[in-house]
Amino acid sequence: MNEQTREATTQIAGYVLAAVLTATAFIAVVSGRLSSEAALITVGVAGIVQLLVHLRCFLHIDLSRQKREDLQLILFSALLLTIMIGGTVWIMGNLADHMQ
Amino acid sequence: MSAPVHPGLNLGPVHGTAHDQAEIAVFGFWVFIMSDVITFGMVFATYATMRHALAGGPGPADLFDLTSVALQTTLLLTSSLTFGFASLAMKHRPDRSRLVVWLILTALLGLGFLGLELHDFADMAAQGATPQRSGWLSSFYALVGLHGLHVTAGLIWIGVMLWQVQAVGLTNAVKTRILRLGLYWHFLDIIWIGIFSTVFLGGVA
Repeated sequence: MNEQTREATTQIAGYVLAAVLTATAFIAVVSGRLSSEAALITVGVAGIVQLLVHLRCFLHIDLSRQKREDLQLILFSALLLTIMIGGTVWIMGNLADHMQ
Repeated sequence: MSAPVHPGLNLGPVHGTAHDQAEIAVFGFWVFIMSDVITFGMVFATYATMRHALAGGPGPADLFDLTSVALQTTLLLTSSLTFGFASLAMKHRPDRSRLVVWLILTALLGLGFLGLELHDFADMAAQGATPQRSGWLSSFYALVGLHGLHVTAGLIWIGVMLWQVQAVGLTNAVKTRILRLGLYWHFLDIIWIGIFSTVFLGGVA
């Protein structure tokens, strides 16, 4: 398999995986068979896995040394996001509880 | 075996310096994307805190049309695939025609996405769900609208690159610009995963 075919295969595999994960999330909510909590967990897990699929297949981020700097940048940004979003939701949620 | 490079980088071993410069430009663009992720993250956080601030107005279950959201998701996801093929055409094909066709297809899918989104906004506004109706609606239009503005900017960028490919040709500078446009376009699709998961599906579930 030459380089072009291999790269095209990666793209198509990413597309199919992403489509399946998206469909899973939509069906979990629309079908109405799952409880609200179970549906939310399914949507959350499918979303995180789809994020990884997009990073791997479309943005070509992997564990190779050549992509190490990009990966470290992404992981550090993810840490900042976790602290800022988590902190905001925690503090504002706590405040909302006390205001009732 | 040589180390894999970003798809679309067709500068080859004989263009060592050009390749290094392209790597630096791409890394710089990653820094921009990650700072944009932080911007989106804070708007997501605002949305999360406003989620139940309905002020007696309509909520997600009253307003969202999940069929339209699924269609928008399909269009945007498919446009990521067509952009991937555009990158491959740029890397492996000496002629520009395939690259141009894939780029135009990507732009059309992006336009379709934007059209559906605006149609949904108009639908919601017609039901009285305007941004000023409640804190939740303000944050909803801010978040989804911010993503829509990014897609609009991406469409303009695709237009500019189509023009540059015709006017300037596939020089190294033009190629690395298309490479960065690709990162930007794929990044918008990732943000959309967050939006349809938390805002639309999370709101209705």
